[in-house]
Amino acid sequence: MSHKSFVWLCLLPLVVVTAAFFLVPMARLVVTGAEGPQGITGYLAILTEPRYRATLINTVVLAAATTIVTLIVATIAGMFLQRHRFPGRAVLIAMLTFPLAFPGVVIGFLIILLAGRQGLIGDLTNRVFGEKLVFAYSIYGLFLGYLYFSIPRVILTIMAAVQKLDVGLEEAARSLGAGPWAVQRDVVLPALGPAFVASGAIAFATAMGAFGTAFTLATNIDVLPMLIYTEFTLAANFSISAALSVGLGVITWFILALARSFSGSAVAAAG
Amino acid sequence: MSASAGHGASVRIEACGKTFAEGTRALEPATLDIARGETLVLLGPSGCGKTTMLRIIAGLELPDAGGKVLFDGKDMTSVPIERRNVGMVFQSYALFPNMSVSANIGYGLKIRGVPDKERAARVAELVALTNISGLENRRIDQLSGGQRQRVALARAVAIRPGILLLDEPLTALDAALRDRLRGELNRLLRALGITTIYVTHDQAEAMELGDRVVVMEKGKIAQIGSPREIYFTPQSRFVAEFIGAANIIEAPIENGHLVLPGGRQAIGGEANIPAAVAMIRPETIRVVETGSAPLSGMVDSVSFIGDRQRLVVSGASSKLITVDAPNTVQARAGERVGLLISPDAVRLLPQ
Ligand SMILES: Nc1ncnc2c1ncn2[C@@H]1O[C@H](COP(=O)(O)OP(=O)(O)O)[C@@H](O)[C@H]1O
Ligand SMILES: [Mg+2]
Repeated sequence: MSHKSFVWLCLLPLVVVTAAFFLVPMARLVVTGAEGPQGITGYLAILTEPRYRATLINTVVLAAATTIVTLIVATIAGMFLQRHRFPGRAVLIAMLTFPLAFPGVVIGFLIILLAGRQGLIGDLTNRVFGEKLVFAYSIYGLFLGYLYFSIPRVILTIMAAVQKLDVGLEEAARSLGAGPWAVQRDVVLPALGPAFVASGAIAFATAMGAFGTAFTLATNIDVLPMLIYTEFTLAANFSISAALSVGLGVITWFILALARSFSGSAVAAAG
Repeated sequence: MSASAGHGASVRIEACGKTFAEGTRALEPATLDIARGETLVLLGPSGCGKTTMLRIIAGLELPDAGGKVLFDGKDMTSVPIERRNVGMVFQSYALFPNMSVSANIGYGLKIRGVPDKERAARVAELVALTNISGLENRRIDQLSGGQRQRVALARAVAIRPGILLLDEPLTALDAALRDRLRGELNRLLRALGITTIYVTHDQAEAMELGDRVVVMEKGKIAQIGSPREIYFTPQSRFVAEFIGAANIIEAPIENGHLVLPGGRQAIGGEANIPAAVAMIRPETIRVVETGSAPLSGMVDSVSFIGDRQRLVVSGASSKLITVDAPNTVQARAGERVGLLISPDAVRLLPQ
């Protein structure tokens, strides 16, 4: 057996798995999406049909808000945790990263415990203002859940990136007169750029497509994964749910590519 | 250079020691005055506390309690670096990778709110001064080591600092480039005339650049003096051996002479001690016929270097003696030679 054919033989399992679980279902999904009454234009329904379009916008806004807030919170926390040593630090990091181990359903459950009808927040507001604040079963609850879910991942990435920062650059900026804010703006944040894009992309994609948390909270939250689910199981509308699925994938991919190229050109422009 | 002709601030550090958190004593309490416009070199082997002293002056480290840093007589000890108006060149250069060469040079001016036009003019001035025209729009990763060094210097000088601090600015470069840039840097520092503190472990750099040199050993100041003083009159064996080449000879003394296996060598001045450690520089020894010198030995080896030759002579002292002789002297290994040394060239070191 030649060396080359041996390599191909080793790759065979990968080819089989990729074909069976990725290529074939994807192809099938794409075909199904075009098999509805509107044919191939079914794909445009996600943009032209007002209800779908509203859901799409909702989802993108939710995912973008999750990403931005996650990045802000996680950057501040990650920078602090990486740069300071204090008793209990290791425990705190372990606690902060604990949600990594939870599936979406558990996160949803936690949100209900916090902001649901019998939740802590409702209890507290009831006592103070005489009115229960309940937002677990809405897009706000979902937002909170996604934050809970995304922050640990982003914190870990940012901490790793902060560790690799060259302290000399910050000292150089200070020697030139830069105060703490200017150092962050001109040296630290630009150096963390790649980490922001990488971890932000994961947060965004997760918030676009996660289903478990939304499903646990309520079935009528207006986000794309829920819409696909209801079209598929309740309305048995296979072709539309297939078209929506493909649309969700393509749009997420497109926004991520946009963010990546934008940040890439931003670095180039600054350089 | 006279102190009054210089620019910038005078510096005084007073009883500045540094003990790091985990107990490393990097610097024993030291007191040091640096005149306005003077170039002071901190010289010593790696780990002797040079960078620590520089960082205390810069404001990047706080001295241990009791230590004080004064600029022009004003106590700066608790003033952070961003308000000390010091220009600093780091060993790794620490250029901003997300900015172009000109943005790097202009950064300090931008922070100070200098208007665009004035800033551009100052950047152009420094680009010309440091010989980097044509590179203004390059990214930092598109520069060679020598170019980076110039950009780092231009950036530090652009803000018209009161004090210029350089931490081994040439160490990262290869030897040929280092020699060339050393001369260039020397001219530039003279032209600027600004108070400069320069850290290096390379004695050739220290000699060429320093008005005064501070030799450091294990966190302590071993000697302060002009390059000539530390070269010709080292006050300790450490300084003698660290600066240039030195023959260190331990011998008993009789009637103002070192008593050596190869003869007797007169010493200058009075020496009412029974024995001494003496230092003799290799270039102060003349190779002559045996008989015309009180001291003689046998040539072990001759290395021809071009502008001179280095002889190693055995039998004259208990240890081998190194001699730098002019390239015209005829000497072969195995030959017996006389060694003529002026009494003034023999320097007795404290035990
Ligand atoms: N931040 C620090 N924490 C602990 N020890 C340090 C630190 N910086 C320097 N040291 C120690 O202090 C000593 C002097 O270091 P340094 O001033 O960098 O020497 P040099 O610049 O002369 O090579 C060394 O033993 C070094 O390991
Ligand atoms: Mg150092």
